[in-house]
Amino acid sequence: MTDGGRFDRLRLDGVTRRFGGSDALAGLDLTIERGEFITLLGPSGCGKSTALNCLAGLLPLTRGSIWRDETRLDTLPPEQRGFGMVFQNYALFPHMSVRKNIAFGLRMRRVARAEVRRRTEEAIRLVHLEAHADKLPGQLSGGQQQRVAIARAVVVEPSLVLMDEPLSNLDAKLRLEMRTEIRRLHQSLGLTTVYVTHDQEEALSMSDRLVVLRAGRVQQIGTPEQVHTRPANRHIADFMGFRNLLPVRVAEQAGDGVVVDGGGLRLTGSPVGGIGPGEPAVAAIRPEDVRIADQPGGGVEVTVEVVEYQGRELSAEVRTGDGVPLHLRTTRRLAPKDRIEIVLDPARLLVFPAEPDGAP
Amino acid sequence: MTPVAFRHRLAERGIDAQLLLLGPAAVFVAALFVYPFCYGIAVSLQPVEGGPFAAYQAFFRDAYQRDTIATTLRIALPAALLNVLASVPIAYRMRGRFRGKRVLTTVLVVPITLGTVLTAEGLLNFLGPTGWFNRVLLALGVVDAPVTLTHNYWGVFLSLVITGFPFAFLLVSSYLSGIDPSLEKAGAVLGAGWAQRFFRITLPLLAPGLATTFCLTFVLAFSVFPSAILVGDPSGTTRVISIAAYEAAYVRYDYAGGAAAAIIMGLVELVVIGVVLGLRSLLYTGSTAGGKG
Repeated sequence: MTDGGRFDRLRLDGVTRRFGGSDALAGLDLTIERGEFITLLGPSGCGKSTALNCLAGLLPLTRGSIWRDETRLDTLPPEQRGFGMVFQNYALFPHMSVRKNIAFGLRMRRVARAEVRRRTEEAIRLVHLEAHADKLPGQLSGGQQQRVAIARAVVVEPSLVLMDEPLSNLDAKLRLEMRTEIRRLHQSLGLTTVYVTHDQEEALSMSDRLVVLRAGRVQQIGTPEQVHTRPANRHIADFMGFRNLLPVRVAEQAGDGVVVDGGGLRLTGSPVGGIGPGEPAVAAIRPEDVRIADQPGGGVEVTVEVVEYQGRELSAEVRTGDGVPLHLRTTRRLAPKDRIEIVLDPARLLVFPAEPDGAP
Repeated sequence: MTPVAFRHRLAERGIDAQLLLLGPAAVFVAALFVYPFCYGIAVSLQPVEGGPFAAYQAFFRDAYQRDTIATTLRIALPAALLNVLASVPIAYRMRGRFRGKRVLTTVLVVPITLGTVLTAEGLLNFLGPTGWFNRVLLALGVVDAPVTLTHNYWGVFLSLVITGFPFAFLLVSSYLSGIDPSLEKAGAVLGAGWAQRFFRITLPLLAPGLATTFCLTFVLAFSVFPSAILVGDPSGTTRVISIAAYEAAYVRYDYAGGAAAAIIMGLVELVVIGVVLGLRSLLYTGSTAGGKG
């Protein structure tokens, strides 16, 4: 059994897992430093849960290797890796009390009885479940079960904590609370965490680094800010909230930027990846970066079609004269059939090379 | 109160037209179980001579009759226990999906379709003094004289295992498949080896199902009749209680005695089931899921 915490880096080297004839995960290379909070992000079926299960040892690798410093891990069974894991459905032992659930990992490690008691009580306090320690999991609410699962995973002081979409079964308010709670535990206990989610907001708010996956392949590894402001390709842009994706053609280079034409619009933006004049491209911009022009004559004339009330802001779908639909967010009151002029912020408009569909 | 409101109030307590769907089952149970059972009790309480309990007194006074209870228990309890215990590792290994699962399950379950008589016939041919089994043992020099496995206790025991195991296996498999597989995964990540995972996680969740399975296979084994005669020793070591009932009713034409033996048989079964279910209630019997789905 490995002692938790004492390692410098965890290295995934070309980790590949095939199911049937296709790669669920293809050649994942990733180095995780101690103390990092890494999120594997992607739509369902992208291979993020496969990656997590490979790390935990619950799925054998088809190719590749996993190393903790100089120790090879992928040949060890899960019980010898010394990790903690929080499952999507929590996987609490239904026949054991909260206290016994949390103590389970310590008892498996043959920790002395008094030490088991001390650390279990500490973990129960950590997740504020003192009043429920003798209840069975079935008697707890979803959020409480979630906290038991987290306590059970961290009480063994694992070298790595794996979390498989742990918040997806909670309601919106609790999800926000637990998000903060998980990040707080990560920091105060000095954990190293690999977190899997399909929720980009969750990923951005919690992580030190994001690994964006699509169809089993890594699309981008970077800080939340890098992934948020400069997605590596149009698929990530789509996933990261660039709701307006317009097929365009590059007209000319303009300094650092490019000018593109499409759907009767002429737009300026910054290119991501090499694209030259005349080539097909995709222009991407978030709804919140589409502004309503201050004075007439300044922008593109559009007609409002659908308005959704979203509290402080409105979300609207508008259509240009040439029939190109665009989404925008605004604090101004709009009504369907209003005619307005909009401006697309050139600094926030990204231009990606158009790829044939299905290419990564 | 309007009739509509009244109907709503009844429906809230589960009384509505759908209740009529229970009709056929109720008729069935009444005609095929309750009536014959009460009739049996009545017959057993009307012996030709003596008071109402004379047939019971006669049963317990005569060691030849009384001992059938112990004889039957000696066969049925170990057979039921073996059926349950043998199905656990096999069903455990066969969880999840793998190639050939359907074929293997079919092979394990086929004996259910064989009648007791066919099983007995096969046992006599296979395990008899000149059967393959003994011929192989003799040829290998393991034994000097054929081993006697038919027309005694072992013949009946084996026959009960062959016909009872498929039941136990099917039941245990379905109980096992109801246990959330992520629980064992969680156990593994937390450092539990396979034995700890099995004994601390799976077995406690499976135990109530094993108790139920035991009860069902026990009842099947306790009412053994054809194989006790065909591959057993019906006048000695395998003179089970159903033989006693049969002889009383159809050899001696003592209907009260036969009915009394049958009622006693039912009571013994009830006691065993009561004990097992009593023990079962001490176990954790709640959900076997690991949390929200």
